[in-house]
Amino acid sequence: MSAVWPHLPVLQVLIPLFGALLAGLLRRPTPAYVLATAVSWVAPLIAGALLWQVVQTGPISYHIGGWAPPWGIEYRIDVLNALVLVLVTAVGAVIMPFARLSVAFEVGEGREAWFYCMYLLCLTGLLGITVTGDAFNAFVFLEISSLSSYVLIALGHDRRALLSSFQYLIMGTIGATFYVIGIGLLYLVTGTLNMADLAARLGPAWAEHSRAIVAALAFVTVGISLKLGLFPLHVWLPNAYAYAPSWVTAFLAGTATKVAIYLLVRFYFSIFGIAIDLRLLPIADVIIVLSLAAMLIASLVAVFEANLKRLLAYSSVAQIGYITLGIGLANQAALTGALVHVVNHALMKAALFLAAGAIFYRAHTTELKELAGIGRRMPLTIAAFTIAGLGLVGTPGTSGFISKWYLMVGALGAGQWIPAFVIVASSLIALIYVGRVLEIVWMREPSAQMAAVGDPPLSMLLPLVVLSLATIYLGIDTEWTAGIASMASTILLGGLR
Amino acid sequence: MSALAELVGRYNYVITIFLMMAGLYIVVARGNLVKKLIGLSIFQTSVYLLYIEPGKIVGGTAPIIDPAFTVYSNPLPHVLILTAIVVGVATLALGLALVVRINEAYGTTEEDEILGKDREA
Amino acid sequence: MSPERLVLLALLLPFAGALLIPVFHRQPNLREAVTLTAASLLCVTVSSLLAPVLDGARPEVSLVEVLPGISLALKVEPLGLLFALVAASLWIVNSIYSIGYMRANKEPRQTGFYVCFAIALGSAIGIAFAKNLFTLFLFYELLTISTYPLVVHKLDAEAIRAGRTYLLLLLGSSLLLFLPAIVATWVLAGTVDFTPGGILAGKLGGPAIALLLALYIFGIGKAAVMPMHRWLPAAMVAPTPVSALLHAVAVVKAGVFTILKVVVFIFGIDTLGAQGLSVWLTAIAGTTIVIASIVALRQDNLKRLLAYSTISQLSYVVLGVAILAPISAVGAAMHIAAHAVSKITLFFAAGSLYTAAHLTEVKQLDGIGRRMPWTMGAFAIGALGMIGVPPTLGFLSKWFILTGAMQTANWLAVGVIIVSTLLNAAYFLPIVFRAFFREPPAAAGGHDHETGEAPWPMVLALSATAAAAIILFFWPEIPFSLAKLMIGE
Repeated sequence: MSAVWPHLPVLQVLIPLFGALLAGLLRRPTPAYVLATAVSWVAPLIAGALLWQVVQTGPISYHIGGWAPPWGIEYRIDVLNALVLVLVTAVGAVIMPFARLSVAFEVGEGREAWFYCMYLLCLTGLLGITVTGDAFNAFVFLEISSLSSYVLIALGHDRRALLSSFQYLIMGTIGATFYVIGIGLLYLVTGTLNMADLAARLGPAWAEHSRAIVAALAFVTVGISLKLGLFPLHVWLPNAYAYAPSWVTAFLAGTATKVAIYLLVRFYFSIFGIAIDLRLLPIADVIIVLSLAAMLIASLVAVFEANLKRLLAYSSVAQIGYITLGIGLANQAALTGALVHVVNHALMKAALFLAAGAIFYRAHTTELKELAGIGRRMPLTIAAFTIAGLGLVGTPGTSGFISKWYLMVGALGAGQWIPAFVIVASSLIALIYVGRVLEIVWMREPSAQMAAVGDPPLSMLLPLVVLSLATIYLGIDTEWTAGIASMASTILLGGLR
Repeated sequence: MSALAELVGRYNYVITIFLMMAGLYIVVARGNLVKKLIGLSIFQTSVYLLYIEPGKIVGGTAPIIDPAFTVYSNPLPHVLILTAIVVGVATLALGLALVVRINEAYGTTEEDEILGKDREA
Repeated sequence: MSPERLVLLALLLPFAGALLIPVFHRQPNLREAVTLTAASLLCVTVSSLLAPVLDGARPEVSLVEVLPGISLALKVEPLGLLFALVAASLWIVNSIYSIGYMRANKEPRQTGFYVCFAIALGSAIGIAFAKNLFTLFLFYELLTISTYPLVVHKLDAEAIRAGRTYLLLLLGSSLLLFLPAIVATWVLAGTVDFTPGGILAGKLGGPAIALLLALYIFGIGKAAVMPMHRWLPAAMVAPTPVSALLHAVAVVKAGVFTILKVVVFIFGIDTLGAQGLSVWLTAIAGTTIVIASIVALRQDNLKRLLAYSTISQLSYVVLGVAILAPISAVGAAMHIAAHAVSKITLFFAAGSLYTAAHLTEVKQLDGIGRRMPWTMGAFAIGALGMIGVPPTLGFLSKWFILTGAMQTANWLAVGVIIVSTLLNAAYFLPIVFRAFFREPPAAAGGHDHETGEAPWPMVLALSATAAAAIILFFWPEIPFSLAKLMIGE
């Protein structure tokens, strides 16, 4: 154990990476699935150990190949990314049992092993972005996760999945390239790519190179915003989520956008915010305005969506708005709310998309008008959906309420009435679109063709139930979510200039 | 006059930005999926230049330590861009593979025709 | 058992019932026995809290600290105990009535009905015993959500539409106004605990405090202060026991109870008085009272009439608080109990008219009192309670409110009470008159084959509540002493 312990940061990334290679080599569905499950279940153990270590003893710095930073690549783990690591790996671990049947059904014979290979690669990339302390290394991992997620999305059963994936590829690559341009400018100015080193050197460089630094900030912001689906750079997201295999959607909704948000937070609060006074720039205002627009417009679009998965996808765009709003407000309560919502939204959205996947598995459709009365056929699935849906609205007693509470306190505490109002208005719209779905699935008479439909097998039901119960549990016991998020935001804000 | 001189003096950046804009323009303006990918590649290539150019230090030599030299070129950008090129190639390959699949599924690689077919279906 | 245990038990009993009811899905008699047992145990539990609370004990239970400084916590104080007593005892009566009603009308989905009912009662207890606004808000929303399935029970287009109104108005108002008000209170005061004397004293003044008060008054949609009242008439599509739950047992009572708590323990009567907000609050409540009474006057559907009567009566409670005199606050608290027993009687009567004779409109009631003397007798007592005529508890509560209004020379409130009493009489007395003194329509309705009263559980229930309205007039000690303790006398 003691030999492994110091190497946990790199193992967090290496195990999924080698798992991916091996899954590709195995070729047969069952061994590949077992391998992917094993890797997915080991990963949260490592992440949990890292989080525990960080909470106990402070940030961990791991030098790849023994090269000291800033020359070598450094993996640096503090409370913030340890929390994200736990989140990403936990989502992967919990939803893994769901994958077997759902993937076999939607992706089809012969491609399953490659599917799990790609999933593990995607996991590698996401975990890599999170652990790394090197800005360029983050780009490489970003592309690893992106390229594999393009493949995962393209494996959807509908041919529209192909075009959605292609559009995501174009947008995603532009985003990643913007990010590299930003990093390149920073490198030109400072001569370093290590994040901590960047933070230290940008300040002195500000006087001479302020225009280059502002340009870098803009490029990085736009690049990451494309990946996280910040309004109006979200256009790839609804189609990609709607046509990807259901399980992939649940995975990506729970992890990919969240990791991108992490990266944005890292750049704002651990690099730019330390070096320069961001209040000199209108960047926070821009983010707040876009977030508010996302919360209102995307929610309204969701109200009129005819397809359950697209509805949930637009809801994601709106919920990401909550998170970026908290980042823009940048005070203790609001940032805590944003980080807590990263976790809470990931879990409940994963539950919702899994429910959509279970519905598709049984009823072969996610068109709302065909789902009339399906709650009476699949009561447990829809009950889980209902709980997670209430979380989306932010009803008290669910985790969504906790995030909204912090965001509201942050907004009102800063005297920002408009964001506070938009938060509640957007929850009201969420109530309308969630209520609309619930009314259709519970209240209408089931159609004849749904007569044989029932709840899915236990392996699919269990992840769904666990995630929806987590929505309630994390609405009541917030020690590990809000507590750590609050710790992280204290650290992040404490460094701000 | 001085503005022009500045532009000429920094011709490398001018070329980079020109490629960047040209690539982005192709991505946005062209409906053919293959052309979009070409634009995307040009766009990415411009970034390679952005990194490589400053690596060259005037009067510097290859970064192999030797008592005879004191000024070296910076090797790091080259290494970084090697990685970026790999990423770019992978992206292009994946994009082309997707286009092949799209062509199989829809019988066309024109975006508006594909969208039209989806609307009919 | 220690009072703390009792508090916890009171909260858990209804939820335990909700878990147990589906177990006996196939044995209706056992299922109903579970409901009745839970209700009786709850009533006993809450009643046994009475003695310690009257002796000055304020048992507290902290369940879990949800956010730093904000716990899910319970604390029994007199006003909450009064509300809990009303809810718990009426749950028994309502359950007896429900058994008669649901079976006689062969309603579908009865198991779900009793489950939701039990959850709603648990939420009401949670609201009653909430130590802070956060806990209250949690159960407040749970109450809305658990009653929604009850409102749409019939699952026809009309019920679904009504359910939409119900959910949107109640959740909408609480999300849009109530929640921001709570957050603002937290930001300003750094606490959301209910504290005697209020927590906002000196924290803000002028228009800001008026705005915050408005957020609360309109955000607490369950109190049905106009224009937040639309959900109440809409919810009339629900079965009668549900209407009774909404109007008497839990839901609207939770609304006015919350307003009472907020005004007395968050703002503090003195703070509001110092800010001169009494007039505004009186005006808002008075408008609702008078307009709702006038609307009720024009209703022909009996349940809709009762719904508007409720809207008007609820604002009596708000008015009692608005006067900001201690004696009228006592009246307000007592009016929660008074309205509960009277209004549940009226709804029970309306339900048995529907069950026994399929009558829903006022004009069909000619001479029905001769056929159903118990039902209409109870209806008459309920109506007297609404108007505020002795010997009913409604008289006492109105008397206290009126006294407070006179003491503080709040002539607006005095006028509102007089006008609305006249209006109440104008829409209730004709119904009683019709039922007893008009000739029944001669074979016109084709109801000849139906005779007699509703099933006995229903008659028993409505007689019990009517009797309670009178008994409480002669022995009002329990509500009165609890209400007095609330204001610290």
